[in-house]
Amino acid sequence: MTIAISIQNLVKTYANGFEALKGISLEVQEGDFFALLGPNGAGKSTTIGVISTLVNKTSGSVEVFGKNVDTHVYETKLDFGVVPQEVNFSQFEKVRDIVMTQAGYYGLPRKLAAERCEKYLRKLGLWEKRDERSRSLSGGMKRRLMIARALVHEPRLLILDEPTAGVDIELRRSMWEFLTEINNKGTTIILTTHYLEEAEQLCRNIAIIDEGKIVENTSMRKLLSELDSQVYILETRSQIPAGFDLKLVNTNLEIVDENCIEVTVSGGLSINEVFAVFSEAGIKIDSMRNKTNRLEQLFLSKLEGND
Amino acid sequence: MFSNHKYIAFETIVIREIRRFGRIWLQTLVPPAITIGLYFVIFGNLVGSRIGEMGGYRYMEFIVPGLIMMSVIQNSYSNVVSSFFSHKFQHSIEELLVSPVPNYVILSGFIVGGMARGMAVGLIVTVMSLFFANLEIQNLLITVTVVLLTSIVFALAGFINALFANSFDDISIIPTFVLTPLIYLGGVFYSVELLPPFWKFVSALNPIFYMVNTFRYGILGTSDVDVTWAFFILCVFIVILFTCCIWLLRRGTGLRS
Repeated sequence: MTIAISIQNLVKTYANGFEALKGISLEVQEGDFFALLGPNGAGKSTTIGVISTLVNKTSGSVEVFGKNVDTHVYETKLDFGVVPQEVNFSQFEKVRDIVMTQAGYYGLPRKLAAERCEKYLRKLGLWEKRDERSRSLSGGMKRRLMIARALVHEPRLLILDEPTAGVDIELRRSMWEFLTEINNKGTTIILTTHYLEEAEQLCRNIAIIDEGKIVENTSMRKLLSELDSQVYILETRSQIPAGFDLKLVNTNLEIVDENCIEVTVSGGLSINEVFAVFSEAGIKIDSMRNKTNRLEQLFLSKLEGND
Repeated sequence: MFSNHKYIAFETIVIREIRRFGRIWLQTLVPPAITIGLYFVIFGNLVGSRIGEMGGYRYMEFIVPGLIMMSVIQNSYSNVVSSFFSHKFQHSIEELLVSPVPNYVILSGFIVGGMARGMAVGLIVTVMSLFFANLEIQNLLITVTVVLLTSIVFALAGFINALFANSFDDISIIPTFVLTPLIYLGGVFYSVELLPPFWKFVSALNPIFYMVNTFRYGILGTSDVDVTWAFFILCVFIVILFTCCIWLLRRGTGLRS
């Protein structure tokens, strides 16, 4: 399979001496939905900045679909689109003009540019706003406009730097659906996000970056399988009798109140076995939820391991 | 990529620049027209009638070419510096930097945008001047060529200013403290023949002096400078400034961290 992006020993030291990237190496396969996770200041945006040529690297190499971004500047730029973290379009221009101008930068003839502009503004729910100045858009609309702008030349690789930051849940979910749709159609996607649930929902592979170093680079499934315990919160219809115990190995139980209990399950024990004990005790369970985001747990453990 | 992609990108930048200064015409086209109109009334009509002749022409006729050139210089410069810095300030310049547009196309687009505003204001001022003086262009080729080349020089200079600027103060320092004094001392309002030898020599070091006088030569047929030498200076400035801009763009000065 073709490698969409290959980063080798990438180092970036800023003029003030801050080492943002300390020799990271990374490969993303074509068609992948790849998450780049890391805390603030870990080096995610610097990595994206180097790929998109907005940040000059200190050393190392970046290849996009087999072409070096230093030696094949214009060919590589045609292959990717970038959605930055901060709004970076003119606040005084109209929505349609912003997308059409971007199409012009990529050399799209006017007729094709107009078709693509309409296509992506409609897909992202902005067509009705096409003649409005961009400053009048809401935060979520501005983010969608940046996605439409990045897609107008239909790149093979889409890089999104925290695209759903500050976006409400409903809109975030509709953006997830849209991104999944374009990924299913073949666009490779690299996503940085603080919403770990987002990465878990969308991405097949993941790299965790911390203090300018890659601390994990694996598939999402493999990473999640590393979790050996999960905490469930069970709401019960009937009162939990005092002194109730599951009497199961690899479990820990904590009664929160008379109708709520917290169960930690580990060592591959099935939740069904836990349910069976409750059933035997005549306790009916109304609802169950995970206490913590599983990926968040893993993420924190990886970062602790890097300290 | 489409075969004419560079031309489409260039055209896109130029159209966007023209749309920008057209959208804010009250800030870009009207103020220079009013300012120059006041120069015509006060210096040309009121004061000029008492001055009499300058360089063999009525004072009003003498200052018209200089005032047209002054408006072209100021507007070519300020369009590029304010537009490019505004893109930097809003980060919308990143749209261009991540796209496959070569540096020389980016530069050319902004230069032509600056020239478009310089020419638009120059044209407005020229039309206004017809109410005050009878202009009979003596050499159309020289007149048009010198105004275009001058516009390129100052659009390029504005581009360099914008690359280094970090605040809105930085884009007004050069026009206020460098450009305006050079224009005023560049023979717009007087003939250097009136100056003592030392100040005549100092004037000869001012590039705007050559531009104004060559433009005046094109319109009136008289000049304080050698026109060939003036064109040579203009071309040298364009080559140096263009090379400098491309080098700065390639380094990412003021644009890439």
